[in-house]
Amino acid sequence: MYAYMDNAATTMLGAAAKAAMLPLLDENYGNPSSLHRYGQRAAAALQSARARVAACLGADPREITFTSGGSEADNQAIFSAAMQGAKSNKKHLISTSIEHHAVLAYLKGLESEGFTITLLPVEPETGLVSVHDLESALTDGTCLVSVMMANNEIGTIQPVEEIAGLCRERKIPFHTDAVQAVGHVPVDVRALGADMLSLAAHKFHGPKGAGALYCRRGSLPLRPVLLGGAQERGRRAGTENLPAIVGMAAALEEAIKELPETSARIAGFRDQLIEGLSNISRAHLNGDRTRRLPGSVSFCFEGLEGESLLLLLDDRGIAASSGSACTSGSLNPSHVLLAIGRPHEIAHGSLRLSLSRYTTREEIDHALAVIPPVAEYLRGISPVWERILMEERREVG
Amino acid sequence: MAMGYSEKVMDHFIHPRNVGEIESPDGVGEVGNAHCGDIMKVYLNVENDIIVDVKFKTFGCASAIATSSMATELIRGRPVGEALALTNRAVVEALDGLPPVKMHCSVLAEEAVKAAIKDYYDRSGVSYDQALFADLEHGDKDAHGDLVEE
Repeated sequence: MYAYMDNAATTMLGAAAKAAMLPLLDENYGNPSSLHRYGQRAAAALQSARARVAACLGADPREITFTSGGSEADNQAIFSAAMQGAKSNKKHLISTSIEHHAVLAYLKGLESEGFTITLLPVEPETGLVSVHDLESALTDGTCLVSVMMANNEIGTIQPVEEIAGLCRERKIPFHTDAVQAVGHVPVDVRALGADMLSLAAHKFHGPKGAGALYCRRGSLPLRPVLLGGAQERGRRAGTENLPAIVGMAAALEEAIKELPETSARIAGFRDQLIEGLSNISRAHLNGDRTRRLPGSVSFCFEGLEGESLLLLLDDRGIAASSGSACTSGSLNPSHVLLAIGRPHEIAHGSLRLSLSRYTTREEIDHALAVIPPVAEYLRGISPVWERILMEERREVG
Repeated sequence: MAMGYSEKVMDHFIHPRNVGEIESPDGVGEVGNAHCGDIMKVYLNVENDIIVDVKFKTFGCASAIATSSMATELIRGRPVGEALALTNRAVVEALDGLPPVKMHCSVLAEEAVKAAIKDYYDRSGVSYDQALFADLEHGDKDAHGDLVEE
């Protein structure tokens, strides 16, 4: 058996998405900007995809800009808010220390251009952002607050409604990176009250290469990151990736239709994994126990290293991921694990399992049978684990 | 192959040779630190100047485990002086190469062997030139800092 448990990295293309895409890879190959019938057919497909994506989010079609994915959507949201803010000399942006690099790296770039960035800390273990901290960080010069809806590594779901409410009160644009959330938890942009929201198709069984940026009408003008064409009503130049966009719309509809049934089942699997893996000694659950994505499991195991764990699990039939990036020895482990208070040596031993609606009970049983002995084996050959045991004995004695 | 690891690296990672501890070793060397993500510990038994047994324990990535395994293979049954001449390059070659970002693991493996031999010399009262082990004094820096990666 081989169990794919790396759905936070990417997901299998769903049946509905694939079926929707095929005609666009085949006979319906027109450019939506062309005036002839091929073009018009493509334009109709694009329009329909936009309407369907908007409907899934409770948005107006005019509020949806298609992008190449989550990173581009995040970049464009921040860029737009920063440029808008700079017009009135508001050059302060607030985000969190556990955002995706698509947000963090962009903010870092702005910092070197004279903007001021505040990265809010998160609560140890849970990774929750404090609304109180955010409130204290707001200034008259704040032009954007960007807080991810759900974290990609530890699965923690942030109190984004509350944050959106606070931002609205203070008339500060609020963006949320909802790449891990959309299709996995209910997302209604009106109820949420966010001004901008990013999503990516391949996280909910859509294809790679398509994403969207929701931008509430009347909030702020989106600024194009790519120039040179009038596509997306001037908000993004370049011929649309129509097969992927149409696949995204179909995938999102399917995910949302199945959400009530699947999310309870997946959360049950998640809890089973969390319970089972908690029995491993010196295992630490990363992220909040309850405020977390239905399919997200993240642990740090003391005394072992993540990459070797992953590769052994791959050998034993499990695709997982780790926040440990031992690529040069000098690199730090995951910024998210450090931000929730894991010391370096423990952060190196991280394991993330991310489930999908295709995950089966057999796969969960397989994971629970395979992971504990693999962890035990790696600890058995680890001098770090040896030291931990020695210290334990000393404390007992 | 994962991360561009050679088949040999994967073989030595999945089926590491010489894993474990020696109960009464003649020399033990430990290098690296958990903060950076890898620690290697090498145990030796020496008889008549020959390394008759060698074992290792490693906390680290797949290449850290594979280089430990290969380094111990390369020195098992060899005279101590020969083992002392083991280079990280020899370990890398025996593994059919390592990804550039993982070269530091081979340096760590070389240093773990050297540290174990130094400990053997110290324990058994063999006199030696301190310069032989000069690298070990700042082993972590060498392994993680100024390494020339190919």
